[in-house]
Amino acid sequence: SNPRSLVSKLKIKTQKKTKKNCSLFLLLSRWSTVRIRLCRRIKNNNNKAQDPNPRFASEGCSVLLDVNDGDRLVFARLSSGAIFKIGNTNYSLKPLIGAPFGSLFQVETEKKVLSSLAFFPSKKERSSSVNVIDDDGRDNRELIDNNESQNLTVEEIEAMRREGAKGEEIIEALIANSSTFDKKFQLSQEKYKLKKQKKYAPKVLLRRPFARSICEAYFKKYPARIGFIRVDALSLLLTMANVTAYSDVLVVDMVGGLVTGAVAERLGGTGYVCSTYKGDSPSSVDMVRMFNFTDKIKERIVHSSINELSPPKTASPEVNNQQGGVCKSEINISESSASDMVEDASVTAEAREVDDVVPESKIIKAPQPGAKASKEAVEMWKENGFSSLIMAAQDQDPWILAKDVLPLLSYSAPFAIYHQYLQPLATCMHNLQQGKMAINLQITEPWLREYQVLPSRSHPHMQMSSFGGYVLSGIRISTTS
Amino acid sequence: MLPTDSKKALSFKRCIEDGDLVIVYERHDVMKPVKVTKDGVLQNRFGFYKHSDWIGKPLGAKVFSNKGKFVYLLAPTPELWTLVLSHRTQILYIADISFVVMYLEVVPGCVVLESGTGSGSLSTSLARAVAPTGHVYSFDFHEQRAVCAREDFEKTGVCSLVTVEVRDIQGQGFPEKLEGLADSVFLDLPQPWLAVPSAAKMLKEDGVLCSFSPCIEQVQRTCEVLRSDFIEIRTFEVLLRTYEVKEMKVETGAVIGENHDEKENGGQRPSKRKHVSNEDDYAVSHDNNSSTAATSVVMARPCSEARGHTGYLTFARLQCLS
Repeated sequence: SNPRSLVSKLKIKTQKKTKKNCSLFLLLSRWSTVRIRLCRRIKNNNNKAQDPNPRFASEGCSVLLDVNDGDRLVFARLSSGAIFKIGNTNYSLKPLIGAPFGSLFQVETEKKVLSSLAFFPSKKERSSSVNVIDDDGRDNRELIDNNESQNLTVEEIEAMRREGAKGEEIIEALIANSSTFDKKFQLSQEKYKLKKQKKYAPKVLLRRPFARSICEAYFKKYPARIGFIRVDALSLLLTMANVTAYSDVLVVDMVGGLVTGAVAERLGGTGYVCSTYKGDSPSSVDMVRMFNFTDKIKERIVHSSINELSPPKTASPEVNNQQGGVCKSEINISESSASDMVEDASVTAEAREVDDVVPESKIIKAPQPGAKASKEAVEMWKENGFSSLIMAAQDQDPWILAKDVLPLLSYSAPFAIYHQYLQPLATCMHNLQQGKMAINLQITEPWLREYQVLPSRSHPHMQMSSFGGYVLSGIRISTTS
Repeated sequence: MLPTDSKKALSFKRCIEDGDLVIVYERHDVMKPVKVTKDGVLQNRFGFYKHSDWIGKPLGAKVFSNKGKFVYLLAPTPELWTLVLSHRTQILYIADISFVVMYLEVVPGCVVLESGTGSGSLSTSLARAVAPTGHVYSFDFHEQRAVCAREDFEKTGVCSLVTVEVRDIQGQGFPEKLEGLADSVFLDLPQPWLAVPSAAKMLKEDGVLCSFSPCIEQVQRTCEVLRSDFIEIRTFEVLLRTYEVKEMKVETGAVIGENHDEKENGGQRPSKRKHVSNEDDYAVSHDNNSSTAATSVVMARPCSEARGHTGYLTFARLQCLS
């Protein structure tokens, strides 16, 4: 029989079931909450372009697209021409402009756009995720895994799609045509349904890039680029280094700008985050562009070499070169051909699933943060010292860097040194103790575990990150007694 | 505790003044907060210290007792404060605090609601994160504890950023006047599911809620209730593992240990090195020497004691209207 008529027959069946859940009382109480929230949104609509805490996605801003509850994370820059690929189809991102962060979108096949999920349908879906388990004795003892339980063929499903059937309709048809679905244990049925939903009715969540989400996305996809700093390790660095407004934070950032950006976020437009480096050329802090910083915050992100910050040494050839040499006025960030940020300049030629935002002809360039620190600022730091230090230097020996950089800190200033490997940190800690340069020294390894919490199904996730780096923390003291 | 535009908390030039709060550091596990007064005296096992000797010295300085033993005077930070504050309740430590502040996406200017205040450990770190333009509204149903918390916030200088109110959040919910104003909400309650509906009204859309519960049953009930208005519900456990570092001189025959753990005695040098050497030109250094002399190796291993569990952290985002 025609799959379409089957689907419509099924629709009647499912509607009868859900009516039980959506009683009139529930509907009324939901409506009053909706009304309150709508009024509140109009009141809170303060999304000026320079709002440090924007709630709405605007044109040209960077966003994080979360497909199917964290299965896939992609950064994108919003513009009317931007396109996003899910599966085999390209979808326009235009409807996302102006939408509040946290909105959920689903695919609308015919128009090839992402249409926003209306409030009520999303509620219906969630109420079907049951809190009471129907323990009626079904199990999988008779189920045979022979790929023959689904009666709909691939061609029939494709035909439905071409005719514009919605994702939900396809899923209902799949369930109706599955010879084993009814025999499954209730929780297995839910798992099956969720799997089909992800494939035929994918959802896209519009998220605002924040230190937390940027770090998580990178850790999941390209951890080597951020030196394997896991989100709890990053949060530890920020806390141990006492990052707060009006502080002058020195960072050695060789992880693409993640640490610099995270510090700048916590400074909120006051104080300074100075990225320092050995030699002449500053390390790239490209990732800072993803944070959607206002100009006020971007101004506080500066760079200066270790030599420039240190008091002048008489017999150092490096210093002489520095004074006479030409210093770059801005960090040279090479804009790659793709306008999205995840696929930065260091894109390799390896085969990867094509999930990038396709650039359009007019690339919107973000203004580049990371100007060179002014002379006044450098003088101020030489006079007062920095209030804290964070080091995240990949492939560098932490002690070699620390002994040059620690003297730039005020006394009693805390510092946090991150490294992937334990041994170099142990040596660094030992040397700091011998040289009596710091107290309260501690090597810490952060440990993080996520849990699945569902009725009758609560347990830690099956997969876990076993490694997020090590942190050496301490407080600088004066070496003279 | 927190720097302001006009006054740097930390600086080479910053000297201790009468009325300052300092952290007296003897060892990493022996620290104490002291308010400096002109005539004050600190007494400990090393003797006594006159506060007047401290005034005018820079923070981070070493000061000596009448017996010649020294301690360090440190600037207070929320981390040090968490280690030295008086516990009226079980507190949160740095692992949970740092993860919560990051995951709640707290930045300067944010409005954060917290219940219960407890001993103010997390509140102090939240105040640091929202400074200078944001605010923390903290609630506790125990009047005495609220009073002590307020006193602590005065002591540490964050009272302009934190407001403590006595209120039973489980029974009454958060106050209506804060509806729709909160960027983040933090719950550390015995029955947080009772407070979730009220928290949902307080939060801006896409705002983040966090609930801290020691028991998994509490987490399960909280998640059930969260599912009606919240999305992206995630539960975590965060812990820290610490390492100790030791230098070993490895030689033919004898193994010499020099303990470089955090065992500093006030004023005394670490335990003296004992050489057992057959070489004439034995050079004592940390670098790897030539094959004839000894090599020293710095080794690290995890500390044997660790915290096993503090609580589960459940985060959720308030669902957005389309």
